[in-house]
Amino acid sequence: MEFSDKRLLDVVIAAPVGRIDHASAEVFKQKLEPLLAHCNEGGDRVVLDFSGVEYISSVGLRVLMLAAKRVKVQQGMIVIAGMQPVVKEIFDISRFNYVFAAFPALRDAVADLSTQAVALLDTP
Amino acid sequence: MKSVRLWGTRGSIPVALTAAGVRAKIEAVMRGARGQTLDTDAKLVAYLDALEFHQTGTFGGHSSCVQIDTGGNEYVLCDLGSGVRPFAQSMMARHGPGKPQTYHVFMSHLHWDHIMGLPFFTPAYIPGNQLVIHGCHARLEEAFIRQQAEPSFPVDFSVIANQVRFVTLEPGRSYEVAGLTVTPRKQLHAGDSYGYRFEAAGKSVVYSTDSEHKLDDPEETSGFVEFFRAADVVIFDAMYSLADAVSVKADWGHSSNVVGVELCQLAAVKHLCMFHHEPAYDDTAIARVLADTRRFEEITRTGAPMLISSAYDGMEIGL
Repeated sequence: MEFSDKRLLDVVIAAPVGRIDHASAEVFKQKLEPLLAHCNEGGDRVVLDFSGVEYISSVGLRVLMLAAKRVKVQQGMIVIAGMQPVVKEIFDISRFNYVFAAFPALRDAVADLSTQAVALLDTP
Repeated sequence: MKSVRLWGTRGSIPVALTAAGVRAKIEAVMRGARGQTLDTDAKLVAYLDALEFHQTGTFGGHSSCVQIDTGGNEYVLCDLGSGVRPFAQSMMARHGPGKPQTYHVFMSHLHWDHIMGLPFFTPAYIPGNQLVIHGCHARLEEAFIRQQAEPSFPVDFSVIANQVRFVTLEPGRSYEVAGLTVTPRKQLHAGDSYGYRFEAAGKSVVYSTDSEHKLDDPEETSGFVEFFRAADVVIFDAMYSLADAVSVKADWGHSSNVVGVELCQLAAVKHLCMFHHEPAYDDTAIARVLADTRRFEEITRTGAPMLISSAYDGMEIGL
């Protein structure tokens, strides 16, 4: 799994790519950690751009659950965007669709979180 | 081993299909029959046979009790939940009171839903029968004695004591019982629980209920993969959704359908039988979980297809 992140004003986009499974879940967790630290009320809002994620196992989903619980305590906002059909099915089957707000595309998620950030995203 | 028969499959507490539930099934089946010609019994039966299991049947509500049919003279059970009562009825019908039998029981743990059937196990009251209760808990005998003590039950355990013997097992060791090689394994559950792997003549069945999998411990995962390795059937605690199992119901001691599929795929299991159904689920909900789980197995498959089923009271799995 590869991982990158970028900032659009107060919206942080985290983009894992590949498989999030037993072999990579711990790395995914470590990469998310600093981003979550500032995801709180009045702080950063996090979009998980899952367009490059091919598969996520239960171990990876557990990392997401821990992230969601932490952000909830911090009164922050974390959403997910651009899931591939198979990953979307895994979310639905595991009932994680009740845990995360999900958007079809990255732009939809950013637009929901910040009009200024989406304007920046739309800037050529 | 010839087969596995599931006498009680519900988790935590027995449940029953209600009058409203029966009515809803009848209405749905009759609604589906509109416009069809069902003027003969053959057509009627064909119509019913074409429906899904949960539309005309029920997964049932007895708590845990599973029979391993060894093909031999002695009987082998896992747990003594309320499902042991219909098993007892079948034994009385088959053998009557005059032909002594030996029953071996392997206890996952001593919570109520797994021991509550013993006071209703008629063969235990008949002199000559032998009931050998195997388990890994130090307080195995005490749990059963206490269950039948005043004021909880009118018949004291001493009434059946001559027919009952307790055998304490060590997890990780293998034992020869009733023609089977039986290996217990410790599992994560309040007060501990134990799974059992049964092997004979190239066949293997794993009974693994009331077992939580924490996911963040690779050694725990690999240990269960080896315990399940190439089993013909794994009877697996799939009580919750994964989201519930790792959040609001974390540390409740149960697992999910998703983790069941992942572990069984890693272990190249042939048949995953989901067990210990959430008592709040009706037949439609369990059927939906089954359909979801089959789809999950399909989209995550890397090797041979694995059979997925949801256990129901009265189900028989041939080996």
